[in-house]
Amino acid sequence: MIENKKYANKYNFAFIDEATKKEIRRKLLKAVALPGHQVPYSSPEMPISRGWGTGGLHVTLSVIGRDDVFKIIDQGSDASVNACNLREFVNFMTGCKTTFDTAEATLIQTRHRITEEELKENQIIVFQVPLPEPLRMVERYEAKTLQMHAEADYSKMWVSLYESYVRYGAIMQGAGYPVMVNKRYIMSPSPIPRWDTPNLHQAKTLFLFGAGREKRLYAVPPYTDVEPLEFEDVNFEIEDFSEAKCYKTNYKKAFLDELYADDNSRKYVISDSNFLDKISDKDETHQYSNKYIDQLEAYDQK
Amino acid sequence: MTRNDNNWLLRVNNLTKIYGEPNERTLELTGPEFNSNICPETESIVACADISFDLYPGEVLGIVGESGSGKSTVVKMLYFDLEKTAGDAWLSAYESGEVNILEESNQRKRFIRNRLMGMVYQNPRDGLNFGFSSGGNIAEKLIMAGQMHVGNIRERASDLLYKTEVPVQRMDDRPGTFSGGMQQRVQISKAIANNPPLLFLDEVTTGLDVSVQAKVLDLIRELQNDLGIAMIVVSHDLSVIRMLTDRTIVMKNGRIVESGLTDQILQDPQHEYSQLLVSSLL
Repeated sequence: MIENKKYANKYNFAFIDEATKKEIRRKLLKAVALPGHQVPYSSPEMPISRGWGTGGLHVTLSVIGRDDVFKIIDQGSDASVNACNLREFVNFMTGCKTTFDTAEATLIQTRHRITEEELKENQIIVFQVPLPEPLRMVERYEAKTLQMHAEADYSKMWVSLYESYVRYGAIMQGAGYPVMVNKRYIMSPSPIPRWDTPNLHQAKTLFLFGAGREKRLYAVPPYTDVEPLEFEDVNFEIEDFSEAKCYKTNYKKAFLDELYADDNSRKYVISDSNFLDKISDKDETHQYSNKYIDQLEAYDQK
Repeated sequence: MTRNDNNWLLRVNNLTKIYGEPNERTLELTGPEFNSNICPETESIVACADISFDLYPGEVLGIVGESGSGKSTVVKMLYFDLEKTAGDAWLSAYESGEVNILEESNQRKRFIRNRLMGMVYQNPRDGLNFGFSSGGNIAEKLIMAGQMHVGNIRERASDLLYKTEVPVQRMDDRPGTFSGGMQQRVQISKAIANNPPLLFLDEVTTGLDVSVQAKVLDLIRELQNDLGIAMIVVSHDLSVIRMLTDRTIVMKNGRIVESGLTDQILQDPQHEYSQLLVSSLL
């Protein structure tokens, strides 16, 4: 329980009750045991609307411990509305230290990006997944996709990639490029850009994926093979930033956001805000430690 | 001695499909002698029962009968579209004919379907995915057989379309934009994409106009000559049977009433129903 706080008697540690945490942890173990396999789970609703990271929160709040250092990013940014609100919520419900610093964090929740800095073995990254089913674009029926996964029948997926190549001269899947996990399951790596997809392969970190609307969990354990789908002569390619560089740092080897000025000219900036800070030597590792809990204490004293 | 000492390609034994819940007397109370597929005691429907035949490599077997006689059911069970109620089938090209293909797992069934069989349906929508281009439909078969090189896939697909007289420049168009005869030819290209030893043709020319029918039949006969594929041709049309097949099975009310060489059946039908069929042709 949260100690000495206003809501101490109302909410469990990390908001979710222990029975639900147990359910989600059991399903996470199953997901880790079957890399890339979508495991259905059940849980009460979260106090935020669906589509705002409920799946990620389910996972985060089930695995977070008192000693964890929590970081959350939204499209690479620590400061977006979604990230700020969820950070406040997690901090409020657990009292855990939060951070902007990727290296310091032990638990990272993310929407649509993997951090630019390489993650280590003692870190866990949790994805908010909007569409967990990679086969949905070729098969609309859930019963069929379940069977296709069970029997590893992925020909329709391959034909859709072939069709994309024939029609556009390239495979046009921008984000969430389908990957083959552990040579068994096709998985949608949540909509991370193609740039991040190779980072899943043989990574040191545990990747957990939670889709709150569909109530599905899946995982990529450390040191697992994750291969983007490609043909022998039509290969997977990451985004081409050869012409671009970050306008703040002149850095090229990171995923760049494209910005439009009023005169329609374009410039680029590094998408990962913490990485941008580190590159620009600003040393802005904002320590968020228990800021909101302090506020709460002040409120209680009134 | 192995099971396959006669060198058949496909052996079918007592293939049966019953809808509903039959009792012991269901098979006795249905069939041509009662002129009914429906069991009077249990109301279960006997789509086909006790179908046994051998098919030899390169042979063309016709299955003829009126609608509702169970001829399509037989083929659909052999192509795994329908679950059998009882019966066995062995394919010499699969595990030397030692394994009952109807008892295999779904994955193995898909392997057999993709590598060793082809199917041309009456309705092209059953055999083709209209959301994909015609080339993509053929690519699906090739990909399922392990072909992962787009250049090779496109080469093979254009070869097949050329062979089946579909304009190759329309390879990247969807089959929905094609005429009925062209759709049927794309379906044939798809069915033979992996050079299967066995091809099922289920009422392929029904619904096409006469000149297109003749073209499609010509194509099938040509392919049979060139590639030596064994075929099972299902039709209610005796002229199709006469044109394509070596041997014919006549079905009525879910049973085989007569089987033999096609010429023999057409010239000298023995069973009452076959006589009716042949006389209605002439």
